[in-house]
Amino acid sequence: MSELMSDRAIDRSKMQVSDEVAIEITNMNKWYGSFHVLRDINLTVNQGERIVIAGPSGSGKSTLIRCLNALEEHQQGKIVVDGTELSNDLKNIDKIRSEVGMVFQHFNLFPHLTILENCTLAPIWVRKTPKKEAEERAMHFLEKVKIPEQAHKYPGMLSGGQQQRVAIARSLCMMPRIMLFDEPTSALDPEMIKEVLDTMIELAEEGMTMLCVTHEMGFARQVANRVIFMDAGQIVEQNEPEEFFNNPKSDRTKLFLSQILGH
Amino acid sequence: MSDTHAHSIAFVRDTEIPPSPPPAGETGVVKWLRENLFSNAVNSALTIASLLVIYILLSKTLPWLLNGVWTTNSLAECREVLQGKTGACFSVLTERWNQLLYGFKYPSDQYWRPNLALVLLLFAIAPVLFFDLPRKLLAFTAVYPFLAFWLIWGGTILAPIVALVGFAAGAFVFQTYGKSSFAVGFFGAIAAAFAVWILGGWLIPEGASENAMLKAVPSRDLGGFMLNLMLGVTCVSLSLPLGIALALGRQSDMPLIKWMCVVFIEFVRGVPLITLLFVASVMLAYFFPPESTVDLFLRVVIMITMFSAAYIAEVIRGGLAALPKGQYEAADSLGLDYPQAMRLIILPQALKISIPGIVNVAVGLFKDTTLVSVISMFDLVGMIRGPILASTEWNGVYWELLGFAALLFFVVCYGISQYSQWLERRLATDHR
Repeated sequence: MSELMSDRAIDRSKMQVSDEVAIEITNMNKWYGSFHVLRDINLTVNQGERIVIAGPSGSGKSTLIRCLNALEEHQQGKIVVDGTELSNDLKNIDKIRSEVGMVFQHFNLFPHLTILENCTLAPIWVRKTPKKEAEERAMHFLEKVKIPEQAHKYPGMLSGGQQQRVAIARSLCMMPRIMLFDEPTSALDPEMIKEVLDTMIELAEEGMTMLCVTHEMGFARQVANRVIFMDAGQIVEQNEPEEFFNNPKSDRTKLFLSQILGH
Repeated sequence: MSDTHAHSIAFVRDTEIPPSPPPAGETGVVKWLRENLFSNAVNSALTIASLLVIYILLSKTLPWLLNGVWTTNSLAECREVLQGKTGACFSVLTERWNQLLYGFKYPSDQYWRPNLALVLLLFAIAPVLFFDLPRKLLAFTAVYPFLAFWLIWGGTILAPIVALVGFAAGAFVFQTYGKSSFAVGFFGAIAAAFAVWILGGWLIPEGASENAMLKAVPSRDLGGFMLNLMLGVTCVSLSLPLGIALALGRQSDMPLIKWMCVVFIEFVRGVPLITLLFVASVMLAYFFPPESTVDLFLRVVIMITMFSAAYIAEVIRGGLAALPKGQYEAADSLGLDYPQAMRLIILPQALKISIPGIVNVAVGLFKDTTLVSVISMFDLVGMIRGPILASTEWNGVYWELLGFAALLFFVVCYGISQYSQWLERRLATDHR
């Protein structure tokens, strides 16, 4: 298990799960050509939930969360995000994308723009926020991820951990109701993983709805209220972290946990 | 560590060694020569051989250049002055200076008009090339094409004004309706522009150009290096946006648009430019109604623009393909729509990658403007090959004339190349 977790006590007071449904996936199927990547996915996420999705590579976990903001198209079933159904209607897709933030494995910052411009671009062009206000908000979030002094540098001048924190701040500037994390620490050196995870924990403490594809089981144990295990395009097991780690039910989960936790 | 102190491990220095200058062979010119020119036997031999070649070249060309005659009226007079010595006959340049620059039909009392247009071009192009300049200067850039048209061709000022108003109407329609639906805005803009042009065409009185403030000059009378510059500037500035549109169209998800772009690019790229120019000069007339006389200059501009746009489209497609997929995904995931993602994220990076290729095409295009001489337009090369070399006075002055043409083109192309290198340095932000 990763020993890089935050050593401070985690404040769970605001981590309340409400009854309001944030994401609802029913009978969703997806194929790449003739390859059945996602098979009959059913999942309901309430506002305020922190969900960690784990599984071996190729199990479809990234594809699943990429379907939630239509970076990937699903072919069957229904996905409702924040009350809007994902369909081919571009207006709906753009609306959902502006409500759902996404953090990528390889950061995907815009290298030709400064950190500040990276953070203000979408608020200015999509939300039509006045430039001054967008910059103030960007500085607020850059302070939150603890790199306000880098605001006028370009992404290429920052370390991987700093870039990933900028990517988180960039998403937050759109004031999203849901955050998706697609292996946010997989491309980072061990010492940088901690700073990114700390930022994510802080976000969880503020009650953000989070779906996280990650191999950081320590993070899952501390922050998640539900862990989902996927294999071969299906949800194999889901449970509260305590039960999931200490008392896994399916053989596939047991095998995966024994490999990843190194018992 | 030197072996002086090898006998004792414990060592304390008690005298300071004063700094001394390096040996004579280790500094300045001597050192540079030894390291760069005579580092070993082969390099020394190459150095000596190169010096020999440089000497031979200079000993032949320098007297030719320095003995040059600048003030005679014909080649025969040149030979008289030189009396058998080696020497260039640069008089052809001074005597035919205006013809080389403006062609032989442009009215000589009107030379100030293209000159003024050239000076204004520098002001118009500056905010485009050097984007740190205040954005408000772009307003002049937008007006410039119409102003330059009026200056160079003369005639009634109403024509360029109607053209400008047409574009303004199109831009206005696109601004108003383009936000809700791109297609409505786009086609509405085209319709509005054409409506203004047709309406304006009726309003301009017959024969308005005859007593205009600036004497009308037909396209046939344009010539010289001025014609090359006009074709080069017009075609480069038109083919870049067209090339971008073609490159994006070729990547489109819509099959109709995609295939239209693919067919256009592959067809135009697969045909020699000369063929297109002949089509422009001879055959294009068959496609237009018999009474309409589409200007020859315009026809040539259309052909060269199409040709280089196809090349630029492929260069930009390379730039688009070089961008990581994550850039598209990041733009999408932030909720940017297609035009925003392209304009703000994708194109700035793709164009930056494509700068060397685009400049390559632009330089090639500028030099290809000399091909119009084969469809009997008298550009710089056309003037040299035609009226000047064919004249009895200057028959046989090849080196001086073609050298001058080469020099003019080199200066412009080298300038473009230097600008592009500056641009690449200026845009380097990724520190890879």
